Amino acid sequence: MENKHKKNIDRRDFLKVLGGTAVASATILPGCKERKDSAYTATTEIPTDQMTYRTNPGNNDRVSLLGYGMMRLPLIPSPDGTHDTIDQEAVNELVDYAIAHGVNYFDTSPVYVQGGSEKSTAIALKRYPRDKYFIATKLSNFSNFTRENSIAMYRQSFVDLQVDYIDYYLLHSIGNGGIETFRARYIDNGIIDFLLEERKAGRIRNLGFSFHGTQDVFDEVLAMHETVHWDFVQIQLNYVDWRHASGRNVNAEYLYAELEKRHIPAIIMEPLLGGRLSNVHDHIAAKLKQRKPESSVASWAFRFAGSFPGVLTVLSGMTYMEHLQDNLRTYSPLDPLTPDDREFLEETAQLMMRYPTIPCNDCKYCMPCPYGLDIPGILLHFNKCINEGNMPASSQDENYRKARRAFLIGYDRSVPKLRQANHCIGCGQCNPHCPQSIDIPKEMQRIDKFVEDLKQEKEF
Amino acid sequence: MLRKIRIAAATICFALITLLFLDVTGTLHLWFGWLAKIQFLPAILALNVGIVAFLVILTLLFGRIYCSVICPLGVFQDIVSWLASKRKRNRFRYSAALSWLRYGMLVVFVALLLAGLASWAALIEPYSAYGRIASNLFAPVYRWGNNLFAAIAEHVDSYAFYSAEIWLKSLPTLLIAIATLVIIVVLAWRNGRTYCNTICPVGTVLGLLSRFSLFRPVIDTDKCNGCQSCARNCKASCIDAKNHTIDYSRCVTCMDCIGKCTQHAIHYVPRTRAVHKPNQSLTEAKKEGTTGSRRTFLSLTGLLATTAILHAQEKKVDGGLAVIEDKKIPKRATPITPPGSLSASHFAQHCTACQLCIANCPNQVLRPSGNLMTFMQPEMSYERGYCRPECAKCAEVCPTDAIHLTSLAEKSSIQIGHAVWVKANCVPLTDGVECGNCARHCPTGAIQMVASDADNPSSPKIPAINIERCIGCGACENLCPARPFSAIYVEGHKKHRII
Repeated sequence: MENKHKKNIDRRDFLKVLGGTAVASATILPGCKERKDSAYTATTEIPTDQMTYRTNPGNNDRVSLLGYGMMRLPLIPSPDGTHDTIDQEAVNELVDYAIAHGVNYFDTSPVYVQGGSEKSTAIALKRYPRDKYFIATKLSNFSNFTRENSIAMYRQSFVDLQVDYIDYYLLHSIGNGGIETFRARYIDNGIIDFLLEERKAGRIRNLGFSFHGTQDVFDEVLAMHETVHWDFVQIQLNYVDWRHASGRNVNAEYLYAELEKRHIPAIIMEPLLGGRLSNVHDHIAAKLKQRKPESSVASWAFRFAGSFPGVLTVLSGMTYMEHLQDNLRTYSPLDPLTPDDREFLEETAQLMMRYPTIPCNDCKYCMPCPYGLDIPGILLHFNKCINEGNMPASSQDENYRKARRAFLIGYDRSVPKLRQANHCIGCGQCNPHCPQSIDIPKEMQRIDKFVEDLKQEKEF
Repeated sequence: MLRKIRIAAATICFALITLLFLDVTGTLHLWFGWLAKIQFLPAILALNVGIVAFLVILTLLFGRIYCSVICPLGVFQDIVSWLASKRKRNRFRYSAALSWLRYGMLVVFVALLLAGLASWAALIEPYSAYGRIASNLFAPVYRWGNNLFAAIAEHVDSYAFYSAEIWLKSLPTLLIAIATLVIIVVLAWRNGRTYCNTICPVGTVLGLLSRFSLFRPVIDTDKCNGCQSCARNCKASCIDAKNHTIDYSRCVTCMDCIGKCTQHAIHYVPRTRAVHKPNQSLTEAKKEGTTGSRRTFLSLTGLLATTAILHAQEKKVDGGLAVIEDKKIPKRATPITPPGSLSASHFAQHCTACQLCIANCPNQVLRPSGNLMTFMQPEMSYERGYCRPECAKCAEVCPTDAIHLTSLAEKSSIQIGHAVWVKANCVPLTDGVECGNCARHCPTGAIQMVASDADNPSSPKIPAINIERCIGCGACENLCPARPFSAIYVEGHKKHRII
């Protein structure tokens, strides 16, 4: 009885102390906040009125430096679970946020996101006045070049986008398949003349082309400027492609200079190489962060692309709100690169060349593979392992066991077994679609051999 | 004390043997694989004289300790019986031996073994019966748990766990495992070790030896006050307390009676004089056959997926994944048995169908046979994976040496079957595309790609199989793009050859 009584007192005492502490901390904490408000958060509000704009010399369009690429829209599993569909709610939310922060350029194509991008873009933009944004779409007549099919595709874009004029219309992916394909798609079938008529009629406000390919094709198509008058050209530009373009692609330095010469505004695609300039090797991430600790790795790529005065807008396919916010922060307003910064990025690019990642930008143009492979999934996993240092150069490597485990387990997680590289039969149907001119079957077989070496623990 | 030692040893053995069937990492058997190899029937089938001698001597010295400690099915029954005793104490009573039944079972069992129907004999064999229960019923649960951890590990970017595939390997075997489990649980719940003393052939054989064991529990008639507590707690129902005798052929030396006797009248001591002949009286006892339901074999090829045929379309859109149709099992004239099993007949005679290899096959190649002659014994098929060159897991775990390999090099030189080409499915001919995936993945270089039209070198290339070099591993069949039936598949060989 005595003991029990004592215990009760103890508990009461304890509660008293606890209450006292709570009161004390309640009074202290707000005090802290007043003193050092900024220490509570590293993220500052993104301004809604600080976006950098560029003016189109042709028609004085005032275009936001950040353009929204509608190629990597967020997906959710379809109701029947058989495939993925566009998450329209998320798209609306992203578009609302982008517009609220000054973005006014939206770039889509009839073939993006399994053909659903234009419709989805329309649903999101329909809620705003037509003169508040610019729509860009493309003539993506890749598989059927006939005049009828091409015109049908052009007209269908108006239906899907629910518009009666298109602000920026592009001949899609010139250079893929060489000059013969270009001629077949646009010249021989008279499509270029048709589009010029459409521009004259005001249904196309700006006519241009997007380019991936070799220099001779670029030169020849650009030479048509005399007769066609390109209102803009969309090129792949980033601090790696500036002087170190991969495959048969042309250095961006050359492309941009040619456009500057002719006073043609440049629209930039792949400023981030599909995330490859954001998801970089640990060494490079550390280097970039060290130079500007409070800026993201991606912001360097956007500042690089945005610093060229002849650039009208820089496209980014932003799937997640965090990507959008990061890019908005970079361009609200743009902090142009100093010559020092540019030199630093050139060094970084050279350093990057030392890591043998495969130049896949996850654009998914190669998909769907008729034999079920998840090509970008395989390449991205391979690159991820390189960037994370899980790529043993030899079976004698110190971290061979750890890297082997990470590679093989991660492989099964990223790509279902039936969609892995060993199922590539080498039919090559993907290759013509790749804007980065990756020899996909060759890479698949190389990765497959590497996986076999790891699985069989062969010496290499 | 003796009882506690028995329980501790049994718990460890039981847990480890069970884990052999559940393990997804393939590392456990390196340390504890011997626990499967000291099982009685596997040791006999493996002609492992040392182990058989050890078990015989163990039994002659200490009685049927094997049944109480080493045998997983025995320990499993003890667990069930222990749970039942929580509900109802002192529930056993003495009953006379059903000798005609147990010897009858033994005769049938031996006859089946001699007839080469080891897998049918194995229906009542304790180790493989437990193996089927563990691999068919416990393993999926364990793997789901593992996959949960794998999912968590994936979230935190850890490679500590990876997910394991779970699929129904054979419905008849699953049904037999369920039936065995139900029968064993019911018997153990009601009458303790009924199965061990009336059905189990291993129990009967060891019982013949344990009659003469050196050490055995003996009732001290001077101390006994006739309370019958020992008999009412004897799960083997072998203590005739009235006459102070114990039927040592059925006693599994669990030591429960020693612990229960309040008078300390039972001692585990060496034999000093001849044992009393136990009274034979006819008592009704439960008898149950373990003949589970044997349904017709249902081939399980998974869900039929709709095929997406890519027609030339107006626009080729970006992204998306093509639907992959599941592979179907081709009709093989001769089933494929694992490398190291020598021949179909050798294998049928030596395999107890314990499922240990099937549970441990990391490539989803092995599954229980539905053929009546080789029922539940493993056979190979390649629609989920193929027999990979770096793996000899089945041979490593096999307790009976029905699958025996000395090295990976040996495995890669055993021809277990040969590849056969099916012209109608070959994609260079049907889809007009370049392929050669079979040739690219053949580990022995037995496949070359040759022009389908000998006069036209640029005609589509088709595989030319050199069956002399083919080992039947199934890489070609598994990786063939043709679906649901591959354009190249493996026919088994009745007798394996070294190439």
